[in-house]
Amino acid sequence: MADLENNGLPRESMGERIREVIKDFGIPRFIILGFLILLIVAAKVLGLSMPQLLGSILTRFGMNGILVLAMIPAIQSGTGPNFVLPLGITCGIVAMTLSIELDMTGLSAFLFSAGFGALLAGIAGYFYGVFQNKVKGQEMTVGTYVGFSVVSLMCIFWTLVPFKSPEMIWPYGGSGLRVTITLEKRFAGVLDNLFSFDVMGVTVPTGLLLFFALFCVLTWLYMRSKSGIAMMMVGSNPRFAESAGLNVNRLRVLGSVLSQMLAAVGIVVYAESYGFLQLYMGPLFMAFFAVASILIGGASLKRATVTHAVIGTFLFQSILVVSMPVANLVVADNLADVVRIIISNGIILYALTRKEAGVDVR
Amino acid sequence: MAAYRLEMRDIQKEYFGNRVLKGVSIRVEPGKIYSIVGENGAGKSTLMNILFGMPVIHNTGGFSGEILMDGNPVRISSPQDAVDLGIGMVHQEFMLLPGFSIAENIKLNREITFPNMVSRLFGSRLQSLDIPAMRRDSRKALDRLGLSTLDEMLPVAGLPVGYMQFVEIAREIDKEKTKILVLDEPTAVLTESEAEVLLATMRRLAGEGISILFITHRLDEVLAVSEDITVLRDGEQVATLKTGEASVSRLAELMVGRKLEAVGCDACAPSPKGDKTLLKIEDLRVDMPGERVRGLDLDVYEGEILGVGGLAGHGKIGIANGVLGMYPAEGKLILDGKELPLNNALEALRSGMAFVSEDRRGVGLLLDESIETNMTVTAMQCQEKFLRRMGISLADGGAIRRHALKMIRDLDIRCTGPEQIVRRLSGGNQQKVCIAKAITLEPRLIFVSEPTRGIDVGAKKIVLDLLVRLNREMGVTVVITSSELAELRSICDRIAIIYNGKLEGVLPPDASDVDFGLLMAGEMSHSRKEAS
Repeated sequence: MADLENNGLPRESMGERIREVIKDFGIPRFIILGFLILLIVAAKVLGLSMPQLLGSILTRFGMNGILVLAMIPAIQSGTGPNFVLPLGITCGIVAMTLSIELDMTGLSAFLFSAGFGALLAGIAGYFYGVFQNKVKGQEMTVGTYVGFSVVSLMCIFWTLVPFKSPEMIWPYGGSGLRVTITLEKRFAGVLDNLFSFDVMGVTVPTGLLLFFALFCVLTWLYMRSKSGIAMMMVGSNPRFAESAGLNVNRLRVLGSVLSQMLAAVGIVVYAESYGFLQLYMGPLFMAFFAVASILIGGASLKRATVTHAVIGTFLFQSILVVSMPVANLVVADNLADVVRIIISNGIILYALTRKEAGVDVR
Repeated sequence: MAAYRLEMRDIQKEYFGNRVLKGVSIRVEPGKIYSIVGENGAGKSTLMNILFGMPVIHNTGGFSGEILMDGNPVRISSPQDAVDLGIGMVHQEFMLLPGFSIAENIKLNREITFPNMVSRLFGSRLQSLDIPAMRRDSRKALDRLGLSTLDEMLPVAGLPVGYMQFVEIAREIDKEKTKILVLDEPTAVLTESEAEVLLATMRRLAGEGISILFITHRLDEVLAVSEDITVLRDGEQVATLKTGEASVSRLAELMVGRKLEAVGCDACAPSPKGDKTLLKIEDLRVDMPGERVRGLDLDVYEGEILGVGGLAGHGKIGIANGVLGMYPAEGKLILDGKELPLNNALEALRSGMAFVSEDRRGVGLLLDESIETNMTVTAMQCQEKFLRRMGISLADGGAIRRHALKMIRDLDIRCTGPEQIVRRLSGGNQQKVCIAKAITLEPRLIFVSEPTRGIDVGAKKIVLDLLVRLNREMGVTVVITSSELAELRSICDRIAIIYNGKLEGVLPPDASDVDFGLLMAGEMSHSRKEAS
């Protein structure tokens, strides 16, 4: 082995080594990390409660994580980041409203929502996947607009759906569901509060983090399985996959199905932790934040791993959590949302300009 | 007035230390047709790129030698210079705008215009087009080519390929200054009757005083129209002769020649060749753009190394791609007595065949994945190797690593380790990874396409030796498709030459240069056609 190392590679100077490390880590991640450190210092100076911030970071990390994991099957199967995430999210929301209508509560309501939502999302993902195979090369653009369309279409659905539960319909009666539905009496916090404990003033949402960890492990295992590797081959080079006898289109559909199923589970976890269910335009921009997260984590448009999702979710959510109170104190109260939009769109733009990273650049 | 319209003296060109032109000199008289023949890669296109001042030449360090027009030295550093000097070029690939009419294409960038109000204010770029004048000029050019029935206002899109060729020529002769016309393999895309018309047109243009440089590898056409012939081989000017001194077989011999001495391992035993047919290909048709196979019959014997040669575009590349399900194919495949379904890569691989693609970077590799991943994933997907069953089938990292290390050692792949990304490997080492991927399938029959394309000379020999070892030591039947006849002759037991999508003939490797040249130029089927 020893003679294999360094074979043909010139010895690098210290400066080159440092440059290599920075290049591997990625300049955008460096900037984001620097920005985060700056924010934390500012928060400290402004006298904000560190344990409280850390607790929020952990919670937001757990609640957004699975939505970000949903990017992995899509990117790995070669369709790029899943901009049509609202499709799966909507399925999850439908399942949650159904669980309320059926008057389910607690963990069973949560599991029903996640399971039934995933089922609906799987079906939707299949049909979208078939459609997606007809727009090869345009997946991201088409996905964005299909995502928007689905959200708008569902606005009609929410006003027409004949659900009767008083928690969901407008207080003054009539037909249609509210914009925001509280889950307080349903399954809000069933994961967050599970095995939850305080350490040095930080509340650790153990159940939530464990649930996210479980999905990370499942996704990681899948990506190492025969089927996951086939998906990677399709995403990395469809012609290579064809020459290995794989059915490229079928694997792309499978990627879409898995991605949407994760999206449905993800939104149920999100709502569980948030405590509210947001209908109508709620899911409109959720895909962008998930896409930005995984890209910050180091994924490219053609390659994503569980590590990318975990790192990216942590960085992105940390910035949001810390920037909100800092911005409120220093400038104006609406700045945090502006920061969120600048970062998410900025990082997506950055990734798009580097599209050639995956293809031949001779 | 000098005796020669164009002289190129001692032209030499290097691409990154690789000499592709080694002192070529040509002299073209006014009103004469001068032919340059040679195999693919002989340097014909490079010579023309130099003459036309293409940026690819100047971006790679320029060239040495002299170019004279009418006895005066000239510098051609851009295509615009060439056009100003009166050199017209008809390209191998059409440079036409499909949505524009024929007249607009002929007059492209040389439009006839008249001033209008806007242009008086903002400059001549905004003048109006003088469509009637442009039509008149185009009409005249088309008539000169004998195309009086072709409407000059038709859009180029949808024209038959042959007509597009004529539109390109019309564009060049419409330029009043054009004194030299370069035709780069103009007949390659034409049917025989269209080619006849083109040749007649060339003679007529020459009669009008235009000098023509004709580049082709169709030898009969050369003899039919040109006065002088230069043969290039590997960048060397092997001969310059008058048509009277030449014949098809003499040209063929000069063109092919012996390029390399035997590369194979002479010390090893002869191939374990039997008479048993391993794979029978019947009436194979493959729809691979640019390399169509049009009804091929070929037998592959068990244990042999079969070479597949022929000129570019004649379908030799399409064969392996069709058999292995990479491009839509029709016909019949019988492997070891059993019929194989076509258009099914998985079945092909499972039945014991493997494929090393000619498109190493586009098809053969996952460029951003590791060496070990590249070697093992194909076998994992179609043969369930390198998997551990634990409820679901998981990749067996240990087995993959062991196999990759063994392959790296056996094939002497120069790398930093099995985890290195294949994009960072040299061409030769990438090719070894491709071959390792195929060996991992433990095939009985391996198709290798263009194994030495784009890799340096030293690595070429290693790759060819490897294929021979595969055949001798593991008893694998090998089918090598290559544009380099010399390398086929050095290691193959038999060489099949493909012409126009069909088998033209099978020769032993020690057959004469003339025979190979004749088969590659399709002279056999031409004479058969004449006889019938």
